[in-house]
Amino acid sequence: MMVNMVSALNNALELIMKENENVVLLGEDIGRDGGVFRVTEGLIDKFGERRVLDTPLAESGIIGTSIGMALAGMHPIAEIQFAGFMYLGFSQMVNHASRYRARTRSTFSVPMIVRTPVSGGVRTLEHHSDSPEAYYSHIGGLIVVEPSNPYDAKGLLIKASRMNDPVVFLEPTKLYRLFKQEIPEEMYEVPIGKASILSEGNDLTVITYGTMVRIVQDVVKKKGLSADVIDLRTINPLDEKTIIESAKKTGRVAIVHEASLSFGAGAEIAARIAEKAIFELKAPIVRVGSPSLPYPFPGYENYYIPNDLKISKALDRLMSA
Amino acid sequence: MENQVYDGKIEYIQIIDENGNADPALFPKDLSDEKIVEMYKMMLFARALDAKAMSLQRQGRAVTYAPLLGEEATQIGSAMAMGEKDIFVPSFRQHGVFLARKVPLELMFIGWRGFEDGAKVPKSVNGTPVIVPVSTQVPHAAGIAFAQRYRNTGAAVVAYVGDGGTSEGDFYEALNFAGVWKLPFVLIIENNQWAISVPRSKQTAAGTLAQKAMAAGIGAVQVDGNDVVAVYQATKEAIAAKLPFVIECVTYRMSLHTTADDPTKYRNDAEVEAWKPKDPISRIRAYLTRKGLWNEDKEAQAAEEQAKEIDLAVEKAEQFKPDPRSIFEHIYSYMPDVLGEELDEAETAGWWQGGD
Repeated sequence: MMVNMVSALNNALELIMKENENVVLLGEDIGRDGGVFRVTEGLIDKFGERRVLDTPLAESGIIGTSIGMALAGMHPIAEIQFAGFMYLGFSQMVNHASRYRARTRSTFSVPMIVRTPVSGGVRTLEHHSDSPEAYYSHIGGLIVVEPSNPYDAKGLLIKASRMNDPVVFLEPTKLYRLFKQEIPEEMYEVPIGKASILSEGNDLTVITYGTMVRIVQDVVKKKGLSADVIDLRTINPLDEKTIIESAKKTGRVAIVHEASLSFGAGAEIAARIAEKAIFELKAPIVRVGSPSLPYPFPGYENYYIPNDLKISKALDRLMSA
Repeated sequence: MENQVYDGKIEYIQIIDENGNADPALFPKDLSDEKIVEMYKMMLFARALDAKAMSLQRQGRAVTYAPLLGEEATQIGSAMAMGEKDIFVPSFRQHGVFLARKVPLELMFIGWRGFEDGAKVPKSVNGTPVIVPVSTQVPHAAGIAFAQRYRNTGAAVVAYVGDGGTSEGDFYEALNFAGVWKLPFVLIIENNQWAISVPRSKQTAAGTLAQKAMAAGIGAVQVDGNDVVAVYQATKEAIAAKLPFVIECVTYRMSLHTTADDPTKYRNDAEVEAWKPKDPISRIRAYLTRKGLWNEDKEAQAAEEQAKEIDLAVEKAEQFKPDPRSIFEHIYSYMPDVLGEELDEAETAGWWQGGD
């Protein structure tokens, strides 16, 4: 089937719900309205209000009750309307989702998925465009994934639904309807914790994920570079092996993400490369991210999000060093 | 035009007063003498357990401990009203609930030594472990209650929160979810009048804590939290109704918040003295003695049996050997490479020598 990311996710949710009776969907406006981005469209008609729940408007309540359902053996899939609203449920993520298994030495576990749209570029209001992957990755105990295409979106969601772990599932808003891709109609898994090597080359490695993947691919192509382009897909736990192998092979590494630069995922990746492959590098590692400040109002977002020009200059710097 | 669109009322229930006199009109007809004796003995047990934990902490054999002294009736009355399949969701002071719901005692002592291994609440007892961040367990309770209804298990959830906890957002959010979803969810507000150093009067301008349930469309009652029969009966009725319900148990924290604070800094002795005659244990002792159901020999015998059980549990708990690998092994359902590498490094580098 030829689908965009919204349809791929919708299809994945339907298959997951058919497979596992313990799965319920809960969130704000996900029932009749089908979610503000229509990811859950039609599911209430197929599965009823018993399994597709329009919740009160309370993010900590959504995540906290999801944790309770998971503790009781269900596998809830919560939708938080926007990443910026998920901070209201941050305490539940940090204090419980991430550590209930450890707290009880696996007597309890928290099999749940929290889906939320992330990143900007679609001129939405304030708090609708954050890229929060580093926050959730820093905690430990949470799996953090972020697909960059419809195929991965479906496969990662299915895989997440079959794991006995809390998964933060970040969906780049800009990619929801940006392009279509041919994907299988049946269930399939995309591995979690495994990066995808989108193209292989010898001169440099570009590590990226989410909204930046296609822009990076375009820049690399336009510049005619021979590059390993790595789409992380899973931010935490990091696929360090793939990263280090590629860094050693090419000797030049750029890391590109939309999240702001300071203390971002790029810092973690750069540090690991420095620890394990620095003597095989031919040039200093280059990081590209948004400026180290909160996401601006939509009128200014084009001055904020890394664009092809910024990435291109960074790659020039990397190649000329 | 002016119409009254809402009218609220909170009842206060006491069945056995502080002198041990039962109100015949309110006394539950189906409550047997045996059950009251059982609850009384469990309150004694909880007090003995509490004293032991305090003493271990003072000897440096336990980490920070939150005593339950004075709150035995609230904890034991509610716990013993639950059926075996009903699920308890405690906060951090409900050691009496763990005790009454048959959580192995040595687990509690392992927990008080500071190891997660003590939080391995067996699935068979139907409860969740100690939760420290105030009120964050209440939404879990609602979620667990949702799962019971979703699966038609017939079980109810009984959750606990303190007076301070009723100021938290998670308290309101959970009540609201439970109300909308009409869950089998009973919330015990263990109002012991103090949230560390902040008195009930500074926590809220609301006349009762129970009335907070009304805004969520949930029924509520206030009971004498030092009257084990009143707590028992209110909890039992709420569980049977299979609907969300709030029970504010008015009790008093006779001891510290935890072993890390000194209440003489913030509350006066006169207040504590005034609560002493309302003790939850002495009134039931008076009641049972008057009925010829209890005497000093039985008291001594119960104390001896309980002390033996406690000592055995302490002994077992002190034999527990922590395994530092376990802090890595229970993070995910599998061991990710990056975490496995940190574990290998810690093991091979020998950093753990002398850790205990």
